[in-house]
Order: sequence, then C-alpha cells, then structure tokens
Amino acid sequence: MAEPMKIRATLKGDLADVRVLMVHPMETGQRKDTAGNLAPTHFIQEMSVRLNGKSVIEGQISQAVSRNPVFSFRLKGVKAGDKIEIAWLDNLGERSQADVAIA
Amino acid sequence: MNLLRRNTIQFAAALAATLLVPLRAFAAWNKEAFQAKTAADALKGLGVGASAESRDIVIEAPQIAENGAVVPVEITSNVPNTKSIAVVIDKNPFPLTAKFDFGEGALPYVKVNVKMGESSFVRVFAEAGGRFHTASKEIKVTIGGCGG
Repeated sequence: MAEPMKIRATLKGDLADVRVLMVHPMETGQRKDTAGNLAPTHFIQEMSVRLNGKSVIEGQISQAVSRNPVFSFRLKGVKAGDKIEIAWLDNLGERSQADVAIA
Repeated sequence: MNLLRRNTIQFAAALAATLLVPLRAFAAWNKEAFQAKTAADALKGLGVGASAESRDIVIEAPQIAENGAVVPVEITSNVPNTKSIAVVIDKNPFPLTAKFDFGEGALPYVKVNVKMGESSFVRVFAEAGGRFHTASKEIKVTIGGCGG
C-alpha cells in the first residue's frame, strides 16, 4: 500500500496553486544498492488531477522525475470548497489517490 | 437457499465494488516515447514534428545544479491555447521526462523536480492548435543524479 500523498492548495482570487507530494522511490533501474545489485526500476508513470470530479490535468512521467516527486500545478475558475483529487499509478501497478477541499 | 442467494449477491456487489473503484482511468503511458533512448526518437514517439522556437515558453531552472538528483524545473507556456507540455532532457538515458495534458480549468504550468545524469539542454515542447512550440535551457550538473 502506497503512502498517502500530501496535497496543499492555496486560493488567490479564482486561481488555485496546487502542490502535491507523492511518496515514491522513483528507482531508475540504474542505482546500485549497498550490496552492489541494481535496484529494480520502480517509478510512477501516470497521474491525474481532477477538479470536482472532472479531469483537468493528465500527466505521464519517467523515472527521471526525482524521488518523492513534488509537483505544482495551477487551476483556474476555482472557488473555496471545490474538491481536488490527485491519483497516480506506477510501473508495478501500485496506485494511490487523495483529495483535498480548497480552503 | 435464501442465505446462499444473499451471500452471492453480497459477494457479487463487493466484487463489483473492488473492481470498479480502482479502475480509475489514466491516459496510457506512451511506452514508445518514454523508452526512447534519444531525444529524436522520443519526439517521434510523441508525434512532435516541426517545432518553432518560442519566447512564450518560460523555463525557470538553475543554470548550475549542484545535485543532479533534484533539479527544480518550472515551466509556463504563454502560448495561447496550450494543451500539452513535454519535457525532454537531451543527455539523460531516457530523454523524455514528463508530458502533461491540460484540460479546461488548468493553466499550462507545471513545476517538477527532475534527475539529470550530466549537464544537458532541457527542452520543452508545447502543443497549441496542432502546432509545436519549443524553448530550451542548458543546465550544468556538478554531481549526476541517476546512479549513485
């Protein structure tokens, strides 16, 4: 089970700054562990951001995104109480989903 | 009989719930583009044809990154009607790093931390109205961030 995401959204007028932290090793498959073995590739491949149930951003990423990825996005036409949902799926089929109401 | 029937219905409902809830649709990961080992092949995989240099794409990133494992890159496209942004790091083993599709309600903006194996140009491709616009920025890396 993946660790929960942390989502922070701040509203300025009708623009929302959305910052999300995903806890994930993002292994490139090129890093050696302490025993000298290559750590298997393990990284988030897909993510989506929804505003009130409607998809607003669909992302695809590679293993070159840093460990414990942090993304910032900007949404418009947003008001207090709106719901932001973020989900991801990795190359091993693990997934995580979280939501936050804009304060 | 009734009990069996009820259990069957409950089981079927539970199964449907477990099957339905996680089936959140994602845009399919573009394997061809993401597994490409050269920037040219990655762009081909993405369907990026001719692209025009644009000053309307702003890339904010350090000129010198001391730690290649975490290089913050902030991208804003001021090209009207930008619907997607792709990030390509030329010298990385797999150059295509990220692609974001922006729907109604999202600004064509993203900030992300990336890994860079060595100094490289970071190129951004923004798609708007079926055309591709591009901008690039060279980032020098002191310590690479892919192995280690």
